Amino acid sequence: MKVLVAVKRVVDYNVKVRVKSDKTGVETADVKFSMNPFDEIAVEEAVRLKEKGGATEVVAVSLGVAQCQETIRTALAMGADRGIHVQTDAELQPLAVAKLLKAICDKEQPQLVIVGKQAIDDDCSQTGQMLAALAGWAQGTFASKVEINGGEMNVTREVDGGLETVSLKLPAVVTTDLRLNEPRYASLPNIMKAKKKPIDALTPEALGVDIAPRLITVKVEEPAKRQGGKKVADVAELVEKLKNEARVI
Amino acid sequence: MAILVFAEHANNAIKPDSLKAIAAATAIGGDVHVLVTGSNVRGAADAAAKVHGVTKVLLADSPSLEHPLAENLSTLVVGLARSYGHVLAAATTTGKNFMPRVAALLDVAQISDIVQVVSSDTFVRPIYAGNALATVQSKDAVKVITVRGAAFSAAAAEGGSAAVEAIEAPAAAGNAKYVGQEISKSERPELTAARVIISGGRGMQNGENFKLLEAVADKLGAAVGASRAAVDAGFVPNDYQVGQTGKIVAPELYIAVGISGAIQHLAGMKDSKVIVAINKDPDAPIFSVADYGLVGDLFQLVPELEKALG
Repeated sequence: MKVLVAVKRVVDYNVKVRVKSDKTGVETADVKFSMNPFDEIAVEEAVRLKEKGGATEVVAVSLGVAQCQETIRTALAMGADRGIHVQTDAELQPLAVAKLLKAICDKEQPQLVIVGKQAIDDDCSQTGQMLAALAGWAQGTFASKVEINGGEMNVTREVDGGLETVSLKLPAVVTTDLRLNEPRYASLPNIMKAKKKPIDALTPEALGVDIAPRLITVKVEEPAKRQGGKKVADVAELVEKLKNEARVI
Repeated sequence: MAILVFAEHANNAIKPDSLKAIAAATAIGGDVHVLVTGSNVRGAADAAAKVHGVTKVLLADSPSLEHPLAENLSTLVVGLARSYGHVLAAATTTGKNFMPRVAALLDVAQISDIVQVVSSDTFVRPIYAGNALATVQSKDAVKVITVRGAAFSAAAAEGGSAAVEAIEAPAAAGNAKYVGQEISKSERPELTAARVIISGGRGMQNGENFKLLEAVADKLGAAVGASRAAVDAGFVPNDYQVGQTGKIVAPELYIAVGISGAIQHLAGMKDSKVIVAINKDPDAPIFSVADYGLVGDLFQLVPELEKALG
């Protein structure tokens, strides 16, 4: 069984993002980028499936600028077998990403696609579901546990009230939640080995996909700052303030 | 063109997050139609018909819709969507699960998690864990939108008198089926609907210690939440998590106990009206957003607080 994982290059989760003064977006020059944390969980799950003998090959796909190859290398160092890079400098919105992944699925014919449940930059949480819809596949979103039995899989999902389990026929799309696994750190020998693993280069044009953005970003602004920082001396003062100043209890 | 809102329900009542999505639809303007789905859910449809601002209720009542599987819901909604200018749902795990399928099948963008309606085609949504707000405009024929409940006031559950129209449910997709669920049982209010929330973090040290928070919650009629650190450590179940990738809340009062205040947690609660932080580290980032910070040992302060609340 072939497993495909999609990995997105995003501003590192530790970076405190700053809105550009011209309000066109956030500052990304001289900022650290890394793999979207939910996609790391996706790679880890795919590699574990291979280690347990459930998967025969793990293919890591990234879409976007030239530096996305570094993100693919990270996935290869974690244990993916090969990479596919669809290179473009254009803005990619989730619908375009889903269409590109669908075109790649048509070529690669994976039985399972694992992606992060959301990217921590645009916070959209759409790509996996859109890909499943375009492919006509079942989906198991926000997964905290995945079990494959032959041509079917059980996915335990983190939902608002607790956990839900669904049974899906393969091929299917899974999107990862935080509790699915703890991604490994790539060892130095594996980082060296990853340099020799192949990465295929493609373009949206070659895949015949229209990637034109559907949403226009009118402006990006900083949210109103909270005026916090006041301290109280003890519990008595806290309760007094909540009752008489804030009037919330 | 009219607006279609997918409504979630429980016990013959429309859930608060869906009432907020209906309020967002009213803010866009135009006739608001509500879709109620499930098996034997006439009561929920009747409840939807009474919601203020609703002009029509569509009821898809079928055993195939007993569980909200994305594969089936998306087929149903896509079949209806082309007669609407907008399709809305709350940004709950149900809405987030099936709405992107609807958008993809209609070949339109989804606008996720809106916090403000600027006009019928322009909306504000948070990006980067709420550290920036993007104003986006859609030229698509149908706008597929999920609504962040914390940013809207619920539509009144009474005051409307819409007609209920039964519609056909499509055949169930054969590729996905519901197996089971483990739903946390609690007498407390739901996190996203609570007026007061008390949350614990890594500083709680174990799940047993959450009883300290529950005692305060009982006095205040509060919901109990947690940071990602506390959920990852197994202190409490996943549905307690407040943050960028968990639940987004904006109660009247949010009490953060033993939570340092990573930006991912702040993203989920910084729009609360009043924030209280209790932490032994005076430099914890949570204090920078807290209206009232109390520095000290939570194991002494939380029981003291419970007692002081009488």
